[in-house]
Amino acid sequence: MNLSSEFRDPDLCRRVLEQIQHLADSPFRFMEVCGTHTVSIFQSGIKSLLPENISHLSGPGCPVCVTHDLEVNTFLALAKMDLRLATFGDLMRVPGSRGDSLKKVQAEGARVDIVYSAFDALQLAVDNPSENVVFLAVGFETTAPTVAATVKVALKQQVENFFILPMHKLVPPALQALASDPDIRVDGLLLPGHVSTITGIEPFMFLAGDYNLPAVISGFEPLDILQSIQILLRMHKEKTPAVINSYKRAVADQGNPRARKVMQEVFKPVDTAWRGLGDIPGSGLSLRKEYLGFDARRKFEPAPLQPETNTGCKCGQVLKGKILPPQCPLFASVCTPAEPVGPCMVSTEGSCAAFFKYSL
Amino acid sequence: MSDRVLLDYGSGGKASQRLIREIFLKHLGNPGLNRLDDAALIEDLSGPLAVSTDTFTIFPLFFPGGDIGSLAVHGTVNDVAMLGAEPRYLSCAFLLEEGLDMQDLDRIAASMGRAAADCGVQVITGDTKVVPKGAADKMFINTTGIGMVIADPAPSGSRAEPGDAVLISGTMGDHGLAILTHRQGLKFETDIQSDSQALNSLTTRLIREVGDVHVLRDPTRGGLATTLNEIASQSGCEILLQEDQVPVRREVQGGCSFLGLDPLYLANEGKFICILPEDLASKALEVMRSHPAGRDAALIGYVREGQKGRVVLRTSLGGHRLLDMLEGEQLPRIC
Ligand code: SF4
Repeated sequence: MNLSSEFRDPDLCRRVLEQIQHLADSPFRFMEVCGTHTVSIFQSGIKSLLPENISHLSGPGCPVCVTHDLEVNTFLALAKMDLRLATFGDLMRVPGSRGDSLKKVQAEGARVDIVYSAFDALQLAVDNPSENVVFLAVGFETTAPTVAATVKVALKQQVENFFILPMHKLVPPALQALASDPDIRVDGLLLPGHVSTITGIEPFMFLAGDYNLPAVISGFEPLDILQSIQILLRMHKEKTPAVINSYKRAVADQGNPRARKVMQEVFKPVDTAWRGLGDIPGSGLSLRKEYLGFDARRKFEPAPLQPETNTGCKCGQVLKGKILPPQCPLFASVCTPAEPVGPCMVSTEGSCAAFFKYSL
Repeated sequence: MSDRVLLDYGSGGKASQRLIREIFLKHLGNPGLNRLDDAALIEDLSGPLAVSTDTFTIFPLFFPGGDIGSLAVHGTVNDVAMLGAEPRYLSCAFLLEEGLDMQDLDRIAASMGRAAADCGVQVITGDTKVVPKGAADKMFINTTGIGMVIADPAPSGSRAEPGDAVLISGTMGDHGLAILTHRQGLKFETDIQSDSQALNSLTTRLIREVGDVHVLRDPTRGGLATTLNEIASQSGCEILLQEDQVPVRREVQGGCSFLGLDPLYLANEGKFICILPEDLASKALEVMRSHPAGRDAALIGYVREGQKGRVVLRTSLGGHRLLDMLEGEQLPRIC
């Protein structure tokens, strides 16, 4: 495959790996916040090349994995109503409390369209004026600005059959919750590159400031990841915990103020529940007053099933880095990508799925 | 003729006759088909025969690098060729949705005619049904191919052996990404073309000039990764795949990283895997690279004892990981 990109250059990577080996003179536990990092670490084989001293944990950075059962049950309830759902493909197989999924209800007749952006969902509504279209708005700071921009366009064009189900989540408050949990022993964080393009570095500064936790904003290519690990190790060695942007080719230190502005115009932060992590203050987004007409919950009042509390799924522990997926008793026996119990197994970026798919 | 396909055209009456003559015989006609008997008479095939059938549904009907018609010919011709056979005859059944644009049908039949002529097969029997609007999505095509087996023993997914080399005839993922990027809704600028093409002339040369080909298989749905898994489990051995040897076009690689897809799982319609003893590999590569359908051929891995039925990927960085079958279809990610 194409190796011309310097960020995949095996020789360069090997040199950084050697330095990592040299620096990792005691055990370290690092957490990558973002699911794309998780997959990249497995896919590129980094997992099998890192010294045994370094364990890598996956954090709460896969939007599908942290979508709460109640939210899943809500969109499944919507799917059974007389309307058309537009969604990113990732959500199609996420199981609800009764084992339903969008895939299953679609086979039973629900109308579900896979789209690639919120604008496509809006277009679907414009093209089908006699139907109500609900866009399932999941994702972090990366997707929320585009959804906000779409809602603004919908208001301006007075599209009356377009709605969203807001389920967005914000990464910094979740990291705040993790960092302040006394049970969590993490020696450093790989911060999400895509999210940081919007937020910039500032919202992550508290990690080093308040918790002495070194953190690096990292790109997704193998060399990006290896260099970020190397930086984390060096900060440990030199006892200089800091938050560093090592993905400067994509992330400006100040992020993307325009995207944040649109997001803030349309949404306001609210408390919300994360799967496995529980309620986190100020970590969700709900529509501001002027845009409430687009809120599918208010318009259709779906009645979601109450989530079962005892499926045995340990996603919460996995997302907090307390256990590795194979330590979940259901892993690979009851819970597989074909019959996922939790979203960490269904999402392509989930860490259970990554362990299942890539571990030898 | 009407400019749309009407239910009448599937009635078996005069309208059907007109459709057959003015579209199908015009583009696909040959002495056998022109007789319009209930069945085709085959007089010139003997020995072991290979038969394969496949039904083609694709959205959109026309895509960069092909259309459903040429695809329906290439797909079945290639399946027959993968058994070490020379494809000779095709049957062809159309299921049309009422209201289908007649010009589209004409274009598709013409493209099938050209594809069949290019790979040296004749359509010798066929069928047309028209279903009410909404009962099918525009058109489905079923083709069945028959060919004479020229390899002895015939290649099979169960014949991979430790010590064999794994070759691939060209770049991976072109078709899958071309289709995905041209589906409605994905605004994504590329000039990636489907690789839809017939492979029979190249496989024939391999069999005749190199011989002892253990496995031929085209990595269509599920892509290279899934097909290698099938072969590993059919043969009860392990396959080691070397990531940095797998040819992938730069545009395909780029599109895949943008969408969170893996080119190893994307469909191909004009490539094949060839597994044969390692000492024949360089000869086979030479033959493949001298043919237009195999210009980018490469040696991508080896068959070994290992753990039965599994495919291990040696990554470009030198790490190892499992290359599993895909669960369901690949879907682009959120962010
Ligand atoms: S293996 Fe399955 S049940 Fe266990 S934590 Fe992962 S997703 Fe949940």
